[in-house]
Amino acid sequence: MTCILETRSLNKEFGAVIAAKDLNVQINKGEVVGVIGSNGAGKTTFINMVTGYLKPTRGEILFNGKSIMGHSPRAITRAGMARSFQVAQLFPEMTVLDNLIVALAAAESARPSFLSPLRSDARIARAEEILKEFGVDNYRDSLVTAVPQGARKLVDIAMALIGNPQMLLLDEPTSGVSVDEKTDLMDTVMNAVRQHGVTVLFVEHDMDVVERYVSRVLAFYSGEIIADGEPAAVLADQQVRDLVTGHRPTTKQGNGAS
Amino acid sequence: MRLDKTEISLGLIALACVLFGFVSPGWLIFLLTIALAKALVVQGVVMQMRSGLVSFGQGLFYCIGGYTVGMGGQFFGIHDAIAALSLGMFVAIVVAMLLGLLLTRYREIFFAMLSLAFSMILFGILVKSQELGSTDGFNVHDWTLFGWAPEAGAGSQHTVFTMTVVSGLIVAVLIHRYTKAGIGVICEAVRENEVRVEYLGLSPRWLLYGNYVAAAAVSALGGGLTALATGHVDPEMAYWTTSGEFVFIALLGGLGHVAAPFIAAIVFSFVRTYAIEFVPHTWQMILGFTLLAVIIFLPKGLWSLVSREKTGERA
Amino acid sequence: MTSLLAVLIDGSIYASWLFLVAAGLTVIYGVMRILNMAHGSFYAIGAYSAASLVGWYFNNGMGPAWVSYLLLVGAALVAGLIVGVIVERGLLRLMYGRDEILMVIITYALLLILEDGMKIVWGVSPYFAYQPYSELGRTSLGLLKVSNYDVALVGVSALLGLGLWAWLERTNQGKVLRAVIHDREIAVAMGVNVKLMFTITFVLGTTLGALAGALTAPAISVVPGIGIEVIVLAFAVVVIGGLGSIGGAAVGALLVGLSRAAAVHYAPEFELFVIYGVMSLVLAFRPEGLFGRTLARKI
Repeated sequence: MTCILETRSLNKEFGAVIAAKDLNVQINKGEVVGVIGSNGAGKTTFINMVTGYLKPTRGEILFNGKSIMGHSPRAITRAGMARSFQVAQLFPEMTVLDNLIVALAAAESARPSFLSPLRSDARIARAEEILKEFGVDNYRDSLVTAVPQGARKLVDIAMALIGNPQMLLLDEPTSGVSVDEKTDLMDTVMNAVRQHGVTVLFVEHDMDVVERYVSRVLAFYSGEIIADGEPAAVLADQQVRDLVTGHRPTTKQGNGAS
Repeated sequence: MRLDKTEISLGLIALACVLFGFVSPGWLIFLLTIALAKALVVQGVVMQMRSGLVSFGQGLFYCIGGYTVGMGGQFFGIHDAIAALSLGMFVAIVVAMLLGLLLTRYREIFFAMLSLAFSMILFGILVKSQELGSTDGFNVHDWTLFGWAPEAGAGSQHTVFTMTVVSGLIVAVLIHRYTKAGIGVICEAVRENEVRVEYLGLSPRWLLYGNYVAAAAVSALGGGLTALATGHVDPEMAYWTTSGEFVFIALLGGLGHVAAPFIAAIVFSFVRTYAIEFVPHTWQMILGFTLLAVIIFLPKGLWSLVSREKTGERA
Repeated sequence: MTSLLAVLIDGSIYASWLFLVAAGLTVIYGVMRILNMAHGSFYAIGAYSAASLVGWYFNNGMGPAWVSYLLLVGAALVAGLIVGVIVERGLLRLMYGRDEILMVIITYALLLILEDGMKIVWGVSPYFAYQPYSELGRTSLGLLKVSNYDVALVGVSALLGLGLWAWLERTNQGKVLRAVIHDREIAVAMGVNVKLMFTITFVLGTTLGALAGALTAPAISVVPGIGIEVIVLAFAVVVIGGLGSIGGAAVGALLVGLSRAAAVHYAPEFELFVIYGVMSLVLAFRPEGLFGRTLARKI
């Protein structure tokens, strides 16, 4: 297996607060990795560093074996690492279809054209295709502000996926979505992701969701990774149970701490 | 080149304007010329508003366009109108390419203030330039069009009018395509969510830069045509209140349609002509109250009155 | 040597005037996040009120000259208070929470309204109130003659700056205000009456603007349009110093004042250029101004 993303002793300090401490992570191509940890454990900081939004204080980040330290988010996106957001980041005054068309055009060229129309038939067809794949084609012509929360999250992820990234980072894909909808949403997302053959890392609070989809779990606590391995092993780990999941019985509880 | 419905309508309206020019009285021709030329400057303001930036210094490019036409004729023997207008746009593009490097780092009020400052710098330089007539400015040399010299007065006025209508048509069609093209739509995307644009792998700065330079060229064309029409340029063109007027017209029209700035500029010019004549000391007050009313009741500008039915359907 | 001294003196006088003009603008922005384009009009209203009152006082040959100084200040306080309350309660209160850039446009509309409002109240012919200025005489410094009124202005400006600083840093009300500046939401949660603080701040800002105008009135002829000239200078000063910072406004005023004085003496053709040149230069290297703070967006 080849390593797609690697971080070497990644550190981030905000003044006296240590948000990331010696993070050493290796993600292999094709893996689906879940990231767990309580609020403020450093999960989003990790994603923000890897995607270039935050500059690490120290350390090294390699994507496909090449350093991406200090690269801008757009350079990292173009290199093939896309992300979604805790709060869906969309273009609120555009329709769902237009959101995806913009994403598609952006993926096609870093220099958008000055005079040829953005909404070409080919782009519309491709956008419709991915909307169907995500099951949100019924919102095609709605403004995103008029679309329910769950569908917004799906559009957000679809925008990241339409550019055919090699790796996708999902920051709490199910946050803000009701408990009943979570499984449906994740099923849709994971099906789409598998079809595209993308490596996935996602942050999630709900342990049931994590167990259901991932092949590997990273547990964060106070800026450090305290456990890394197969879901069953990590979730059974005493330290993880003490610090992250709480003493949660292994039976279903269906309650997402968010 | 296939034309869509909007483009054909624009063409027909422009043709009607040109024909109207043959029968209309001189004062009306002049008023319309100035209004349409200003509308071009306003198009530049609107282009930036679409990307989320409000320029309180578009007078800079209006003034550059005007002064280049004036100086070209006075000092460098460029008497051909098309050449002079093109030169004005070229100078504006060069200046915008330099200033854009700095300005595209700023948003919101910082962009507004810095664009205002650059415009005031030009004002400051012109006011102190004795050779350029200081605060009085100077007159524009008689000009020719492809070697043909229109007769002074009515003849030249009529020619400028036709040129302005034709330029307006060309710019309107180009902007109409531009707003539907990649850069146009994605500039709106930058306004709505810059972080997302960055995470789609695009540089918001590059987009805003391209947009800024294009807007500068359009505004300079408006400035050049104004200089040809009035036969005079002065530093007031770069003063911040002039830029404020462009912002006003832009808001009055709204961002809904490429025709909106033209309509707003014509309405503005008519109201001003009569207001200055009949209520000279309350003209600005009328503007102020109108602006507040537009912001409160018609946040999408005058055009929203025209397109109300359409948007109503969608909502 | 003499010209260097002249630059320093002219520069300080100009700087203290700039600070007077800019202080109200920066206070309002700091607390309310409103970049007030109409600030120049408050300046002009102060100048008109003071000039008409002082002119009336002397034209009717009443009493001693020292009363005129009280009239200057009194006119500014009353005018600033009235206009400030009307504008804040009547217009701005309806607009709070809108985009910063939209607030710029709204106050631009206000500027247009006030400019003509002044023409309606005071007409378009100039007003003079030179007596308080000439009354104080001049002092000779070597070859230079300096107006005592201008020197006094430096003192007033410095006192005012110190007063503002002390009020913000040393009083309870100042503390509350700083809390509002720092984080409006938390201030509301802590039970601060933000609405009241806004009214107080805005009225303070307009009064400062009017005071600047009133104190300038004896040195100029008060005509329509003086506010429009002043506002862009004030912008330059506060943007250089960092929007919302009193200390920043003081430094910005000194920087602009001294550069302009130097330009006037050594290269007069650059007089106006230099002010905006300094502003562009500062912003190129420190976009948030010399003493401003940057805010990062959370995603």
